[in-house]
Amino acid sequence: MPSLRYLENVVTLRLNAEKCIGCGMCAEVCPHGVFAIEGKKALLVDRDACIECGACAGNCPVEALTVKAGVGCASAIISGWLTGKEPSCDCGGSC
Amino acid sequence: MSENNCCPPPGNETACCAPPAPAEACCSPWNDSGNCCPTAASDLPGYKLWPFVCGWLDSSAGKIPQIATRLTAADIIGRWQMRWGLGRARYSIAPGLYAIGTPSDDSPVLVTANYKMTFDIVRRDMHDHDAWLLVLNTKGVNVWCAAGKGTFGTDEILRQLQRSKLPQVINHRTLILPQLGAPGVAAHKVSKASGFKVIYGPVRSNDLHEFLKNGQKVTPEMRRVTFSFIERLVLTPVELVSMWQHVLWSILALFILGGIGPQIFSFSTAWTRGGAAVAAGLAGLFTGAVIAPLLLPWLPGRAFAIKGASAGLAVGLLGVLLFNESLNWLNSLALITTVSAVSSWCAMNFTGSSTFTSPSGVEKEMRQTIPAQVAAMLVGGLCWLVSAF
Repeated sequence: MPSLRYLENVVTLRLNAEKCIGCGMCAEVCPHGVFAIEGKKALLVDRDACIECGACAGNCPVEALTVKAGVGCASAIISGWLTGKEPSCDCGGSC
Repeated sequence: MSENNCCPPPGNETACCAPPAPAEACCSPWNDSGNCCPTAASDLPGYKLWPFVCGWLDSSAGKIPQIATRLTAADIIGRWQMRWGLGRARYSIAPGLYAIGTPSDDSPVLVTANYKMTFDIVRRDMHDHDAWLLVLNTKGVNVWCAAGKGTFGTDEILRQLQRSKLPQVINHRTLILPQLGAPGVAAHKVSKASGFKVIYGPVRSNDLHEFLKNGQKVTPEMRRVTFSFIERLVLTPVELVSMWQHVLWSILALFILGGIGPQIFSFSTAWTRGGAAVAAGLAGLFTGAVIAPLLLPWLPGRAFAIKGASAGLAVGLLGVLLFNESLNWLNSLALITTVSAVSSWCAMNFTGSSTFTSPSGVEKEMRQTIPAQVAAMLVGGLCWLVSAF
C-alpha cells in the first residue's frame, strides 16, 4: 500500500542544533519518526512527516525546538478565519 | 444512613454484604483475593456504582475502586453510539485513581483520559495485569485531542496526583503515559514539580501487554501512528452524522430551487429536478466523506481537497454515463462540477480526523482550494437552474 504523505515544505518545525543536548526526548515522543539522534544531536530526518502536534517542543528540556502547534481541523480553521482567533477544537462540531 | 444499609463502615463489607449477582461475573478469574464485594458505594445514599467497578481495595489513601477488564454488552453498545456521534459530549467517567487487578505498591501506574471509550479500551487491554490507572479529567475527550487542547497536560497530572494521594499508595515514582498524551505534557516539568518520572508508553493500548512484558521498553512500531483502512473506516460515520443539519437544510433548499422554471414554480419539477439535485448532493457527500477517506492512499494528489475532487469527478462522470439519456449538456456539467465540489469539501474536512496532516498544510490547501470549490458550485448551480428554462 502506498504510504500516506501530506504536503511538502509547509510545517513550522525548527530545530536549533546549538541548543540541542541530544537527550532524545523529541525522537521518543514524535509519532511520525521525524527525528533521529546522531552523535549527541537531534536531526530532522523527515521534516515533511511532521504534523505540528507540538509534543517534541513541549518535551524538549532546553527549548531547542519550536513549532506552531495547532489543530488541523478544517471547520476550526474556518471559524478561526471568521473570528480572527486561533483555531480551536471547541467549535462543538465534528472535530 | 438508612437502617437496612449494613455495609459501611468500610473494611467490613465482606462480613455483611450479600454480594449481588454481578460480583462473580465482573471479577476476573485471576482475582480470588476476596476483594470483589461490589456494594460499598451502591449502598451509600445518592451514589450509583459504575458497572465496571468490581471491588474495592483498601489503601492508605482510602478505598480505591477495582475495575473489570472484561467489557460488557453495554460498553460495546456505548462504543458504537460514540462512533455514530450519539451523545459524545457526556460519555465520561469520574477522574481519579482506579485499580486494575490487585496492584501492590510497586505496580506500574498508567495515566489515561476520562473519555469512557478510552478508559474501556485501556482496561480491556490490561487484562491479566495488576496496575494502577490514574484517570485525568479531560472533560470526556480522548487522549490525543485532549493533549492538543492541553486538558491532558502537565497541570492536570499534578492535580490528579495530589487529589488521588497516589504518592502514598505506591513506593516508586514513575508514571506511564500514552505517547499521544505528549503534546500536552512536559515530562521534565512533571518531574520537577512532583518528583515523578514520566515514561511515554506505546501509542496504542493493545501494545501495553508487550510493553510491560518487555520491561517497559517501546519498540519503534509502538511509537508510530498509523492510519489503516479500518482506522479510517471507523471514523467516517461520525463525520456523516455531524453534517446532518446542513444536509437537511440543503435538501429543503434544493427541492425549492428545483421547482423554479418557465411556469415560475412547479411542484412536479420541484420533485423531479429537486430530487435529482438531492441525489447528486448526497453522492458528493458520500464520495467525499466515506469513499475518499477509504481510498485515501490511492487517490491522486497530496491535498485532501484534491483527493476528494478527483473521487467526485470520477463519480460525477459515472453519473453522466449512467443517466446520459435524461441529461442535457447543462445538467451533465452541473452534475460533474457539483459532485466534485461537494466531495472535495467533505474530504477536506476529513483532515481533522486524519493522523498525518499538519495544521499549516490544512490551512494552505484550504486557501488554495476553497475558491475553486465555490466557483465549481456556482457554475454547477447556475447550469442546473438555467437548464430548467
